[in-house]
Amino acid sequence: MLAWTIYISLIGVGVLMALPQGSARQVRVVALLAAMAGFVIAMAGALKLEPGKVNTITQVRWIPSLGIEYHLAADGISLTLVLLTGIAAVAGILFSWNIKHRAKEFFAFYLALIAGVYGVFLSFDAFLLFVFYELAIIPKYFLIAIWGSTRKEYGAMKLALYSFVGSAMVLVGLIAAYVVAGTNTMSLLELAKYPFPLGFQMWAFPLVFVGFGILAGLWPFHTWAPTGHVAAPTAASMLLAGVVMKLGAYGCLRVAMTLFPHGLDEWGFKVLGFGSWRDVLSLLAVVGIVYGAMVALVQRDFKFVIGYSSVSHMGFVLLGLLTLNAIGLSGAVLQMFSHGIIAGLLFAVVGRMVYDRTHTRDLGILEGMNLSKVMPFAAVTFTIAGMASMGLPGFSGFVAELQVLIGAWQAFPTLAVVAGFGILVSIAFTLRVISKAFFGEQEADAVTAVPNGQGHGELEPISIPERVGAVILMGCALLIGLYPRLLLDLISPSFNSALFDWLPKGGMP
Amino acid sequence: MNGSAYLELFKLAVPETIVALAVLAVLVADLWALRGLELKFRRTIGAMISCAGCVGAIAWMAVSPQQGNIAEGMLVVGPLTQLVKAALLVLTVFTILISVDTDFTTHSGEYFALVLLATLGMMFLVSSEDILMIFISLELTSLSLYILTAFAKRRARSAEAALKYFLFGGMAAAFTLFGLSLLYGISGSTNLAQIAISIKGPKLDPLLAVAMVMTLVGFGFKVAAVPFHLWAPDAYQGAPAPSAALIASGSKVAGFFVLAKVVMVGFKGAEGSAAWHACVPGWMPVLALLAVASMVLGNLAAIVQTSIRRLLAYSAVAHGGYMLLGVLGHGGQSLAALLYYVITYALTTLGAFGVVSVVQEQSGDDKLSDFAGLSRRAPLVSLCMMIFMLSLAGIPPLAGFFGKFYVFAAALNTDPGGLGLLWLVILALGMSAVSLYYYLQVLKQIYVTETPAGAAAARIPVLSQVVLVLLALAVVALGCAPDLLISKLLSAVQLAAGSAPK
Repeated sequence: MLAWTIYISLIGVGVLMALPQGSARQVRVVALLAAMAGFVIAMAGALKLEPGKVNTITQVRWIPSLGIEYHLAADGISLTLVLLTGIAAVAGILFSWNIKHRAKEFFAFYLALIAGVYGVFLSFDAFLLFVFYELAIIPKYFLIAIWGSTRKEYGAMKLALYSFVGSAMVLVGLIAAYVVAGTNTMSLLELAKYPFPLGFQMWAFPLVFVGFGILAGLWPFHTWAPTGHVAAPTAASMLLAGVVMKLGAYGCLRVAMTLFPHGLDEWGFKVLGFGSWRDVLSLLAVVGIVYGAMVALVQRDFKFVIGYSSVSHMGFVLLGLLTLNAIGLSGAVLQMFSHGIIAGLLFAVVGRMVYDRTHTRDLGILEGMNLSKVMPFAAVTFTIAGMASMGLPGFSGFVAELQVLIGAWQAFPTLAVVAGFGILVSIAFTLRVISKAFFGEQEADAVTAVPNGQGHGELEPISIPERVGAVILMGCALLIGLYPRLLLDLISPSFNSALFDWLPKGGMP
Repeated sequence: MNGSAYLELFKLAVPETIVALAVLAVLVADLWALRGLELKFRRTIGAMISCAGCVGAIAWMAVSPQQGNIAEGMLVVGPLTQLVKAALLVLTVFTILISVDTDFTTHSGEYFALVLLATLGMMFLVSSEDILMIFISLELTSLSLYILTAFAKRRARSAEAALKYFLFGGMAAAFTLFGLSLLYGISGSTNLAQIAISIKGPKLDPLLAVAMVMTLVGFGFKVAAVPFHLWAPDAYQGAPAPSAALIASGSKVAGFFVLAKVVMVGFKGAEGSAAWHACVPGWMPVLALLAVASMVLGNLAAIVQTSIRRLLAYSAVAHGGYMLLGVLGHGGQSLAALLYYVITYALTTLGAFGVVSVVQEQSGDDKLSDFAGLSRRAPLVSLCMMIFMLSLAGIPPLAGFFGKFYVFAAALNTDPGGLGLLWLVILALGMSAVSLYYYLQVLKQIYVTETPAGAAAARIPVLSQVVLVLLALAVVALGCAPDLLISKLLSAVQLAAGSAPK
């Protein structure tokens, strides 16, 4: 049944294309209905399916001559991310309620992207997974290039090319794995059982991991992320940060680490103190955490702050994956969910509530506008989101990052300390941006005009769909923060399945 | 040859005969009945006769599949050749349908006759395993294509393109003929399988090396591999759109099939190796070199083009590079992969030329900027173009993606333990990432850029729309269900391998 999350989104695309031109209202409603149906199905799936094993949903022969199957399945990790996709999709539509320009195409591309994302999370055939993975690239390009803002064509092209280069690397690894195994199958479950030669894994693992990692914002291949996020329209940046970056992290876990686990083994020699790919990649993840936070600290553009903070928070996901212990891995998956919700909320405030009304994202100008008086709802939302983002207890970010740090402490203590320092910096930039954007020192009446000549008094009030969307996202962040077992019960058992047999039990690798 | 052999020959050559009859019919009808009538009507009738000929030939092959080998490989008919011929005829039908709504010549009868003659040449090219016959068919195809390139007599560019195409082509033909005559001198036979038997040896004979390189130069020209590609951009740009479409589609299919046949059957045993750090002289290193040059130069040169046709030409060069990987795989699976790739590529590029032709009829030029805002003026055609461009870029679930996947997997599969061709596959995938940039540039013009002021809604002829939609559907269907074609190709290739003389 979960497969219908994909189909319902595609049906939504079809219905939207069939609608007559110029009926923005109907278009929005259709898109919202499709997204909500997807969420309901995801929810039902999460309640019904057993997280500890791979629940096959559909499995039919697709290309028999090559042994490729149309195999959709779900375990707890997939379920968590499918849920996230459902929530982010609904919230994204609520925050693009004001799209008037070519609305039909906007929502069609949007739903196509959603369908691709659901597909990746549910695919258990490497070929199928790759098909959905690439399917998500093209709508992203158009969403940014047509409806974006600042340097939109540059940002869109950069994002599309980075994604495509990453997927080309993945494809090299997958084709090579297919040929080397020679078992005429692309099934992830089958390939995971095949003992690939150690020498092969040693080059295939980093290739595939970095290929997916590009989309997860792995430093130093993260540069598409801030420019892409900044250029994208609100809903697209919510999806980009919220779910698309998770596609990359999910691919690292689901494909690179299960197919080529021995790529993480020791090389048997040391270069510059690195003894394995694991050392190299975990260092990159930590550099991403600290670097992203530091750069976010000095940005003038409101959206760039959030863009770089995404790089920083995604570093925790990658670090968690590389700890290779149960707590770190489940922390990584939880962080994917948590960051998906929180980043979505942050981008919604910046893009929809602030930028669409004031037409500026310059923190220097916003400082003078005293937005907390003008838009109290936005200020409260952003403060809550900021608190969640910097990892205050009670919010989902705290649980997730704590788990990753505990896992990292067991695996590589030095890096864990550095990552902890990254959290401090992230508190600093979050506080800075909250105070600059919303709690400027000037009095509300001291500012009379914003750059396009409108007085701030004319700013339209926060609309109902925005409030609903913000409440949904805040609710999720709080719910998971207060009661993380809701998701951990889905995530943790997944690591007991046969796919993760290579995982050393009991914490230490 | 006695009487029964002639009867056998006739039976095997029925599809070719039907096409030849259609050539005569279309010429005669235009000369006797249609002269003086309205041009549009003449074109429609001519197109109908030509299509009837092609469809008749396909129907004949479907109804009574033949198998046979006349005069030591002069004419070889089997499931594989019939499948490729059917594909060629389908491509010709689409080319003809695109031509109906274009207006570049008053000599419609001669035009359709030449299109059919070119197809006839390709059909013989496909079904011959004799170097003499291959050369004659190659010339029949090429000469028809030269004239078709020059067919827009009122445009200087068309003449220039044809002259370039002709001069390069003549040169390449000379190389081929020289290479083939050397091959005959070495082996004393014109049959490919016989040649393979007599050239077999532990060491590569220098004379044989010269003969192989010369022959490959000629075929390299035919498939527009770098450095023999120089005619392609001019021919693609200057020729009338349907002629360019035929050069880019049908001629490419036939060219790659005969190239694969010559190297896989004729040069069997002289493969050498193109593995990284383990290069052994033979035809593989030569083709690997051509493939690398084509992929790199084709993709990089396409980036800076402002004319869509030139962009398509350089993209064709790049795709030629990917397809050479399929030839380098030189096995049954690799041949099936190559054929899948080249057939789906031909359908896609035909569609792209169809869109270019439609837009050019509206705006008079094929600059990228002529496509600005097309999605607002002609949504359906724009959607088709999006499908074609994304398929060329290799985005799933379109045919172009699966073709790439299959060709690369098959190329690696020649040597699964050592992964000898891995370096080529990595290069090819890297270069296809580059290619996404320029395909997106086209789509950016269509979908992102605003419509220039004063541009009216485009009026697209119904027939063109139907043809484009059919082609787009074929690209999507073959991408979503590649087994439709793959399973047929694989079984045909296996049959052909089983019946080949050992």
